[in-house]
Amino acid sequence: MLVLDNVSKFYGNGVHALDTVSFSVEPGEIVAVVGGSGCGKSTLLRGIAGLDTPTKGRVFIDGEPIHAPHPKIGIVFQEARLLPWLTVAENVGFGIEDRAKPERSELVTAALSRVGLADKAKVWPRELSGGQAQRVAIARALVPRPAVLLLDEPFSALDAFTRIDLQDHLLDLWADSRPTLILVTHDVDEAIVLADRILVMRPRPGRIFEEIDAKLPRPRDRQSAAFDSVKRRVLAALDRSLNRSVRHDDTDTSVAAGAAHWW
Amino acid sequence: MSAVGVTGRAEIWEGAKAVSPIRLLPVWRPFLGLLLPIVLAGGWELAVQFGLSDGRLVPPPSVIWQTLTELAASGELQRHALATFTRVAVGFAAGVAAGTVLGALTGYSDLISRLLDPTLQALRAIPSIAWVPLFILWLGIFEASKVTLIAVGVFFPVYLGVMGAVMSVDRKIVEVGRAFRLSGTQMVRRILLPAVLPAYVIALRSGLGLGWMFVVAAEFMGASEGLGFLLVDGQQLGKPAQIVTAIVAFAVIGKLTDWIVVALAAPFLRWEDRFARQTGS
Repeated sequence: MLVLDNVSKFYGNGVHALDTVSFSVEPGEIVAVVGGSGCGKSTLLRGIAGLDTPTKGRVFIDGEPIHAPHPKIGIVFQEARLLPWLTVAENVGFGIEDRAKPERSELVTAALSRVGLADKAKVWPRELSGGQAQRVAIARALVPRPAVLLLDEPFSALDAFTRIDLQDHLLDLWADSRPTLILVTHDVDEAIVLADRILVMRPRPGRIFEEIDAKLPRPRDRQSAAFDSVKRRVLAALDRSLNRSVRHDDTDTSVAAGAAHWW
Repeated sequence: MSAVGVTGRAEIWEGAKAVSPIRLLPVWRPFLGLLLPIVLAGGWELAVQFGLSDGRLVPPPSVIWQTLTELAASGELQRHALATFTRVAVGFAAGVAAGTVLGALTGYSDLISRLLDPTLQALRAIPSIAWVPLFILWLGIFEASKVTLIAVGVFFPVYLGVMGAVMSVDRKIVEVGRAFRLSGTQMVRRILLPAVLPAYVIALRSGLGLGWMFVVAAEFMGASEGLGFLLVDGQQLGKPAQIVTAIVAFAVIGKLTDWIVVALAAPFLRWEDRFARQTGS
């Protein structure tokens, strides 16, 4: 279980990025964090990853405080961040260099075929498309079998079709070992397709504004009425988090307007 | 009206074809660059043969070739080339070692950079030849002063190149290393070294080029052997063919050593995404 206990973060330049954020995530749960720009959602993720240390408060994984990157936690960034001097297969095996070679190549081969890139094992990252590169990055993060996988706007640089494809793909991979997923995104649809629970954050200082339950049955239909009603709740919460007047008319136009303006 | 337009266009098309009557097979294209030097050399050779010039100050290719083979046959050329090569090798090794260590330190640490870089940049501004008298006073007229001068010449481009390369390592890639909990030495071996390698090879090559430049300056200041000595000797005894021979030897060995650096690094740089390279495996 992942626990955040009153996590606050001040940057040296006086920016109050996070203010007493507390929540806990059950093993295997998928949590999406949404919010306007500058609400500290990336800072939050970096804190959990151990890449940044909170100014106050602590993060625990299975009761153990996190001070530095932890073996139980993996991360996927917005950009694939593959190492250009390693082949695709070597990139996927980057985090399991300490294992014996046969085991490593077995795990890498399995992971690559799992993300549908078995034929790309020997190519350089520069030869991959954006979506393929991000699939490799996900495989690289999952190969060491982390208990928690953090995703920092992982699909935001991809086109709409690739994005939807990869969202489904991610759920597929998640089903293999059911790690905890914490996903930062500013795509509300993405949050609802993936998450069991959506945390809406509020900027300046960044704090959790509202928690929305999104336990729709899987696989989720992006066109269903239940999906739409969760979407309305999330957009309304986002609007309120930015001190906008709450819209009471639940028409499609208000949803569209909210979707266009909240960030 | 339209008929005129059509014939007009047809003529232009014919004209365009007529402009490029020579079609070279791709195999021969690299040799196109050799055409001009060969024509010039051949022309000069003929001019001397037909008595249009005595070729005393500008020796024709045949005389240069003769000098070259004579010097090579007597072993003189090899002796001088080896002496020069040894100086460059030792000076290059010393300059690269110092430049790499200091460049890595100043690139990595802001504090060390603030401490050392201003002084080093000030020293860099001094034309390195200006050190010659001082080096002779300090180190004598034999090998030590020559090698030191070469090392100084090699040091600065390597230092600058390494510092710049280390400073420009992508923070995001380093973060990947941190996320996978690499230790300090692992971080250097698996992230930093490969990341700086392309720029390092360029720095080594410019350092090597300067090394070959400075060896001539070093050998001008009094040497009894070396290609630079051949140059001075040829000037003093009025043997222009010997000078040209030494120059040709410099060109060949310089190019060869540069090629060796490139060839040694090539297997490690296959991943590079160069804009001029075709994509695809």
